[in-house]
Amino acid sequence: MTQEKKFLVSPGPHLWRNLSTSKIMYLVVAALMFPVGAAIYYFGYHALLIMAVSTATAVLAEYGVKKLRHGEFTMDGSAIVTGLIMALTLPPTIPWWMAAIGAAFAMAIAREAFGGLGHNIFNPALAGRAFLAACFSGEMSTWVLPMHFSVDAVTAATPLNESFVWHADKISLYKDLLLGNVGGSLGETSALLILIGGIMLLVLGIINWTIPVSYIGAAALLSFCLGQDALLQVLAGGLMLGAFFMATDYVTSPITNKGRIVFGVGAGILTVLIRCFGGMPEGVCFAILFMNALTPLIDRYIKPRPYGSQRKAAQ
Amino acid sequence: MAGIILKKRSTPHGVKIPESKPTGNKPIETLPFPKKAIVPLHQNLGVPCEPLVKKGDSVKTGEKIGDSESYVSAPIHSPISGEVTGFTKLIGPTTGRLTDAIIITADGRNTWEEPEAAKDIAALSRDEIIALVREAGIVGLGGATFPSHIKLSPPEGKKIDTLILNGCECEPFITSDHRIMLEYGEKILLGLGLSKKVFKPDRIYIAIEDNKQDAIDHMEELVMEMGLDRNIRIVPLKSKYPMGGEKILIKVITGREVPSGGLPLDVGAVVQSISTVKAMYDAIFDGKPLIERVVTVTGLVERPGNLCVRFGTPLREVIDYCGGIKKNVNEILLGGPMMGTSCFDLDFPVTKGVNCILAKESTPVKEENCIRCGRCLDACSMDLIPTNFVKYVKNHDYAACKKASIADCIECGACAYSCPAHIPIVEYIKIAKGELANKKRIKK
Ligand code: SF4
Ligand code: SF4
Repeated sequence: MTQEKKFLVSPGPHLWRNLSTSKIMYLVVAALMFPVGAAIYYFGYHALLIMAVSTATAVLAEYGVKKLRHGEFTMDGSAIVTGLIMALTLPPTIPWWMAAIGAAFAMAIAREAFGGLGHNIFNPALAGRAFLAACFSGEMSTWVLPMHFSVDAVTAATPLNESFVWHADKISLYKDLLLGNVGGSLGETSALLILIGGIMLLVLGIINWTIPVSYIGAAALLSFCLGQDALLQVLAGGLMLGAFFMATDYVTSPITNKGRIVFGVGAGILTVLIRCFGGMPEGVCFAILFMNALTPLIDRYIKPRPYGSQRKAAQ
Repeated sequence: MAGIILKKRSTPHGVKIPESKPTGNKPIETLPFPKKAIVPLHQNLGVPCEPLVKKGDSVKTGEKIGDSESYVSAPIHSPISGEVTGFTKLIGPTTGRLTDAIIITADGRNTWEEPEAAKDIAALSRDEIIALVREAGIVGLGGATFPSHIKLSPPEGKKIDTLILNGCECEPFITSDHRIMLEYGEKILLGLGLSKKVFKPDRIYIAIEDNKQDAIDHMEELVMEMGLDRNIRIVPLKSKYPMGGEKILIKVITGREVPSGGLPLDVGAVVQSISTVKAMYDAIFDGKPLIERVVTVTGLVERPGNLCVRFGTPLREVIDYCGGIKKNVNEILLGGPMMGTSCFDLDFPVTKGVNCILAKESTPVKEENCIRCGRCLDACSMDLIPTNFVKYVKNHDYAACKKASIADCIECGACAYSCPAHIPIVEYIKIAKGELANKKRIKK
């Protein structure tokens, strides 16, 4: 006989897909290992130091804020993602303590002060970077050529700078951009490795094609129309990193696929406009932050039409 | 001759759930009749029945023991022969309501109530068929338990051009319809003939998911053999949850959308479960009212299988027949893992709505913040924004839920299944629907 026993009563459904927030975050961390590896290869130990400090600070900052507010801290990996991505946007020569300040700002102010994961309006990593750019404009715009593990850094313009000069032919410029043998922030080196990491996320279903394709597509198209070198615009700077790893942040981008396309196109246009007409050589960070701010509005107006409702819904 | 199997169809929404139907190859066994049957008087969607017997009465198998004056109800029949030994009250896990139940102690003879004189089935009129279906207590056996005679009586002027026979069985673990198709295919097709007579549809589709290829082939063979190939088509469907939902099936097969708040008949379609149609056969060809059904017993039980169970049999007896549950079981579900409800003890009897008994080990999952990943939107076949309902309910903003078409949610659970933050979205939706219903009642 089956024993006398009372059973659980729990709400349905009683089956979940084998996926959790932390699993998603750690898969993003895994995909980030491609640009992270490139950063270490091109910029040596200091790159490692910056990324380690930034990540550790991000985790500690989240822990600290959660404890202060008597919240519950779970190691869901989202702080690691934020810390790493922010580090990848920094110049290779930045002092480590600046990275710490940026990461602390990203987690404590840009994320936790808004209510924690899921409630922040701005991508925390980019907010951290923007904060650093405002505080330390000098250090934040010093660029060097990859020096690998040697200590002599050669200051140079990034490919997007007006003062950037290239003596060899175009093909070898594209090749260097793909492989990463150019100046720029830690994560802006190899477009190819970023692409591999991004494709990994696409294949695993962590992100979908909407934002990367619309972002990169819009940026390429607009630079072409403006008479720019479209391929250079796409491969150089933080565009690839931004399109695959930053603009795709779930929390700060629209929730519908149509909305995501609007978001990507907007970010692409803004990036190119800032690059060509703004006072800054790089526009990815501010373009995405601006679109983050528009996201609630996009979500308000772009919604799926519910099954069975009139095609032209009144309001 | 053109094939009667149409091209496979699918839907962009819903979720793919890893295949988990271990009992698909287990033939239907008949469970020994219970010594004591507990027969709840509320086994259908709608109004409960009033008892027609009193303590001490002797009853025969198939004798009507409960009925209601209300149109939205279906009578209840004695599942065994014996004596009415009392009444009790219990909470129906599927209805969530307190209901009266009749206790019948078996005499062990299973003497059937004499069926009325054999009818000339071919001569039965539409209204006679509907009356017989009602008398037999037939309800939708796919899980909704909506009285079938109502479905069979669309209002005047509503032309039904499409009849869909639902053999999808998209919930994981459940295989009862699968087995019924394989073992009682003829009865299904003869029962379908009755529905055809009632609706006079232009087209009839039998919808089967592609994880049951043997059923697709078998039904095709039978349709050909019985010479029904002129008006029946078989539609193979991609196995996806909730493919078997009425509104989804209609959209996938006919391309029409049932209007919000409307019924399938508003777009000229009717969907019937294959087990319901089989019950119509039993009632009209064999004169047997609905007193038993096929139940899949599965999950962490020693010998999972498909059993034909008389209503009123306590779950304990069904599970004991299957060798009992394994030690680590801490939850019993009636129905599948997606839409089934937990049952807190094994004294509860099998009723018309129980298509599956699933024993499982549940580990509590922690609800986290929504990360706005959009997976619930992709999963929702009704094109709603499930995560917004959660947000609105947390703010007690039920008006916003209503505006966002919460009434159209079919509570399939596909959204919650896909949610990486493990938010029990359907639970929030049920809260909002309850609040909205209360408000409506107060206004009245
Ligand atoms: S919102 Fe309702 S209909 Fe949509 S997936 Fe969730 S439970 Fe199903
Ligand atoms: S699936 Fe869950 S986490 Fe993702 S948007 Fe929906 S509710 Fe939020």
